[in-house]
Amino acid sequence: MTTNRAYAVELKDVNIYYGEKLAVKDVNLSIAHQKITAFIGPSGCGKSTVLRSINRMNDLIPGAKVEGDVVYRSQSLYGRDIDAVEVRRRIGMVFQKPNPFPKSIYDNVAYGPRLLGIRDRKVLNEIVERSLKHSFLWDEVKGDLKKSGLALSGGQQQRLCIARTIAVEPDVILMDEPCSALDPIATQAIEDLMKELVKQYTIVIVTHNMQQAQRVSDYTAFYSIRKEVETEGKEKRWGVLVEYAPTETLFNQPSHEETERYIRGEFG
Amino acid sequence: MSNRNLSITTPLDIGRDPRLLNARLKRQDSTEPILTKQARPGEMLIRAFLLFCGLLSVFTTIGIVVVLGSESLLFFNSGVATLTEFFTATRWQPQAGEFGIMPLLSATITTSIVAMFVALPLGLGAAIYLGEYARPNVRATLKPILEILAGIPTVVYGYFALTFMTPLLRGMFGQDTVQIYNNAAAGLVMGVMILPTIASMSEDALSAVPRSLREASYGLGATRFETITKVVLPAALSGIIAAFLLGVSRAVGETMIVALAAGAGPCVLGDTCFNPFAAGETMTGHIARISGGDLSYNSVDYNSLFSIGLTLFVFTLLLNLISRSVSKRFREVYQ
Ligand SMILES: Nc1ncnc2c1ncn2[C@@H]1O[C@H](COP(=O)(O)OP(=O)(O)O)[C@@H](O)[C@H]1O
Ligand SMILES: [Mg+2]
Repeated sequence: MTTNRAYAVELKDVNIYYGEKLAVKDVNLSIAHQKITAFIGPSGCGKSTVLRSINRMNDLIPGAKVEGDVVYRSQSLYGRDIDAVEVRRRIGMVFQKPNPFPKSIYDNVAYGPRLLGIRDRKVLNEIVERSLKHSFLWDEVKGDLKKSGLALSGGQQQRLCIARTIAVEPDVILMDEPCSALDPIATQAIEDLMKELVKQYTIVIVTHNMQQAQRVSDYTAFYSIRKEVETEGKEKRWGVLVEYAPTETLFNQPSHEETERYIRGEFG
Repeated sequence: MSNRNLSITTPLDIGRDPRLLNARLKRQDSTEPILTKQARPGEMLIRAFLLFCGLLSVFTTIGIVVVLGSESLLFFNSGVATLTEFFTATRWQPQAGEFGIMPLLSATITTSIVAMFVALPLGLGAAIYLGEYARPNVRATLKPILEILAGIPTVVYGYFALTFMTPLLRGMFGQDTVQIYNNAAAGLVMGVMILPTIASMSEDALSAVPRSLREASYGLGATRFETITKVVLPAALSGIIAAFLLGVSRAVGETMIVALAAGAGPCVLGDTCFNPFAAGETMTGHIARISGGDLSYNSVDYNSLFSIGLTLFVFTLLLNLISRSVSKRFREVYQ
């Protein structure tokens, strides 16, 4: 199998189904190593679906099915001998709604390392401190690591979730609209954080905020919806990848009319 | 649907239907008050009826407490037993003037402990399997079957304990060790009876744990079992404790199974009490047996039953109070 070192993950002819329903069709995409790739597009076009296929999160949904190939380090993620649990250790995820465990801040961050068998208190302390520093949360919580993660503000919770994700030192971090539940100041903090993290991690972020995509990402993938009327009043809809380019190019010289109309705010 | 394209021809012609507000406004000249309070007798009636329903259960409870309390007071005032004797005497033998609650309480505790040893692990296991592992069609078959267990009359369970569980235990541990009537058989079968309650309440508690928490755990590379033990169970813990306590209070209050299978006479403290393989009579079993006989009102035997009843009531009340305060905490866990 051929893989380019410059790419962290490659999606090849990917179709994703929920049961019988086709959700996204024919996605071909190579995600650059240690860059930020943004997924944009109208609601329901399958951005989350594609994102979740990258760490096999879709496995948890009964009936979800992925066709085609998702290649990570020259291994096909949907191959027969691939362990989904291992995949998710390498390819971590931050969700739309901050979802800290109802545990202490410390235990939230230590959760992943403990799964990997790290029990040594000193090592755990170091990991927790490093991860919280990396996610710019350390100064705000260092005196109070025993406090429940749920007692933090929304923005702090999301940074805690990022700390929790980077505590296991994954390769790739997937973020599904990580700022959509946050105020502008918290959003700013997360964006700054992403720019820091990208020095060591590959980041894929779904966002419905085009300014955000322009501010943070190196590459942007624009998805849209295709429709087909089956019978009277019933139509099929599925998502497609319309255009994928460096963010500068996509926003300034889009090569598809649909992209141009979307970034001008004419639909979606 | 032939005239799908029928358009609204007079979009501004409102105020025709007298029931709609605009029509009423048009009819009334501007000085007439239109927002005055109206009598709604139907609403009042419903409200009164619902209040009655609510009060009925309150008054029933108060009535029970008053009867139990006053009759017990009569018993303790009659001078046959002091409160200290009541809690320390080693026998319950009204004919001999001995009124120690411990022998009865010990059988209640023994059978309940045996029951919970069955009901908690199996009920929790069933809940975890149904909620986290079973495929939807398996779950759809198993859950109703489990619920049937909850609908079986307890006298059937009692008979089952006596004719199936007891011979089984005697075969396993020997006829000399296990008496014909014993706490263990009653407790084990009582555990089966309570199992569906524990399973269904625990499953509710497990499924109340938000999906997002599970996803967070899987996203960090946790296996299904790790996710269950490290995230889902701790988050549902207070709900599970509430289920456990409800199970205990059902075991404590259960009558038919213990009356049939556990024994028909109080044990003697320091002799066979607390031995699961020996016979014992629980508080409920004793009340059922004695009040089934021909006791004359106002005899000491008769009054003594109320003291047992009051003990039982206080015991289950405490369990319910604990269970309520625990499940209240449970509701506050996530947000
Ligand atoms: N769990 C699911 N089960 C069935 N259909 C789903 C599920 N999740 C998403 N879909 C469908 O897949 C399509 C793409 O959804 P999604 O990936 O969430 O879009 P986006 O993130 O771009 O808004 C939608 O039509 C949605 O209804
Ligand atoms: Mg989405």
